[in-house]
Amino acid sequence: MNDMPRTAVARQDAPLVEPRAAPDLVPKIEIRRLRFFYKKFEALKNIDLTLYDKRVTAFIGPSGCGKSTLLRVLNRIYDLYPGQRAEGEVLLDGRNILEPGLDLNLLRAKVGMVFQKPTPFPMSIFDNVAFGIRLYEKLPASELADRVEQALRRAALWDEVKDKLRQSGLSLSGGQQQRLCIARAIAVKPSVLLLDEPASALDPISTQRIEELIAELKADYCIVIVTHNMQQAARSSDFTAFMYLGELIEFSDTETLFTHPREKRTEDYITGRFG
Amino acid sequence: MGNEHIIKSYDEELQRLDKTITRMGGLAESQLAAAIDAVMRRDSALAARVVEDDAEVDRLERDVDGHAVRMLALRQPMARDLREVLAALKIAADLERICDYAANVAKRAIALNVLPPVKPVFALPRMARFAQELIKDVLDAYVARDADKAMAAWVRDEELDEMYSGLFRELLTYMMEDPRNITPCTHLLFMAKNIERIGDHATNIAERVWFLVHGTPLEKVRPKSDVSSTAVVRPGEPA
Repeated sequence: MNDMPRTAVARQDAPLVEPRAAPDLVPKIEIRRLRFFYKKFEALKNIDLTLYDKRVTAFIGPSGCGKSTLLRVLNRIYDLYPGQRAEGEVLLDGRNILEPGLDLNLLRAKVGMVFQKPTPFPMSIFDNVAFGIRLYEKLPASELADRVEQALRRAALWDEVKDKLRQSGLSLSGGQQQRLCIARAIAVKPSVLLLDEPASALDPISTQRIEELIAELKADYCIVIVTHNMQQAARSSDFTAFMYLGELIEFSDTETLFTHPREKRTEDYITGRFG
Repeated sequence: MGNEHIIKSYDEELQRLDKTITRMGGLAESQLAAAIDAVMRRDSALAARVVEDDAEVDRLERDVDGHAVRMLALRQPMARDLREVLAALKIAADLERICDYAANVAKRAIALNVLPPVKPVFALPRMARFAQELIKDVLDAYVARDADKAMAAWVRDEELDEMYSGLFRELLTYMMEDPRNITPCTHLLFMAKNIERIGDHATNIAERVWFLVHGTPLEKVRPKSDVSSTAVVRPGEPA
């Protein structure tokens, strides 16, 4: 009988589960007055946007809105193609990455990218991950093996591949290949990870593995994800940018954007209405 | 509700929620009106019908619940759409409760009708009419998605609280005058309390409408005018 009040008190004192406190907001990439051209076509119009360290930012918007273009500016991958140019500033840790003479290899080591379709190289699982490291660093074999293991562990793939590191990367399933690509990207110790529709070619279980991985990696990286899947953006990002016809329409914390967006165009898009 | 969804059946599902709520609202108004009629005309048959018809409201609430859960699971509504579904869920619960109170008034009418008539019965319909207006106003506000109209009704609930406090004192006085009044006056007191509670649910609905429209809760503090829970009336003292 005496237990009863005690139980009641215990219940009253039961701590509410508070969300883990996130580290402070630190700007990692500051995009200022960014315009982007495919020859004469202006694909990005005067974008101002800050991406924060140790946060996930999602870019959403209909096809052709410029979200992938914006992602491609962040590691200057567009430089590989003629007739494409960017104007304005993109400050990574305060340094403008658009300025000429920048070491692009170094930039791409700092800003890793994972694409929509898994792109493992036609080589062993081990070599896929070691490939990037060998480009930038000369490491003794044992240290290299350590780095490969770390990257595979970080990408939540180690347990599945540790006994077949010498097999071809192409022998893995789609979801595993995508995590292999993430391992390859983080093996060179970047500080920013760009994910372009990383789960759109994957089944729902593999998709959830990728989303869980994003949540894990967020502790160490500034992550940017482009996705057509709005639920995915809502689930896995801290901030969301809605883009339309080359413009940034709305940028806010993900909860606000998906519960009461400021802009009617955002609301029409996320609720599936005609704009 | 603004422009249409690309998927037409989504709009149809939202409309179905909307229609069911509107129908429940209509029933809430008519149930309360009939319950008060039954009191005034001492019509036990009518009162029995009100009690019986409460099952229909319960059925509609279950319908809203099931439909809303299905929409949440299958459509994963966002922003305004999500608020539409949440508002429907909560408003349905408020309307169901309002109808319960109306049925309770009807049940007591049946008990009251076997007793000799008492004078203060006539103070009740004024309260009931006012509560009915509140329900009507908040439902109109819901149908029109008009947050200002909802707010206007929300503020007016205070008057209903005042009426209740007045009636409370009046009934206590009657009971002290003549102990034979105690049984009927107690029933009347509970009826008045039921109607006062109906007003509170109407203000809940007003708050849901506000949230539905603005996406933020209505946070002003409403003045409370129901002082009956702390009132003391002693024999020989003016109430």
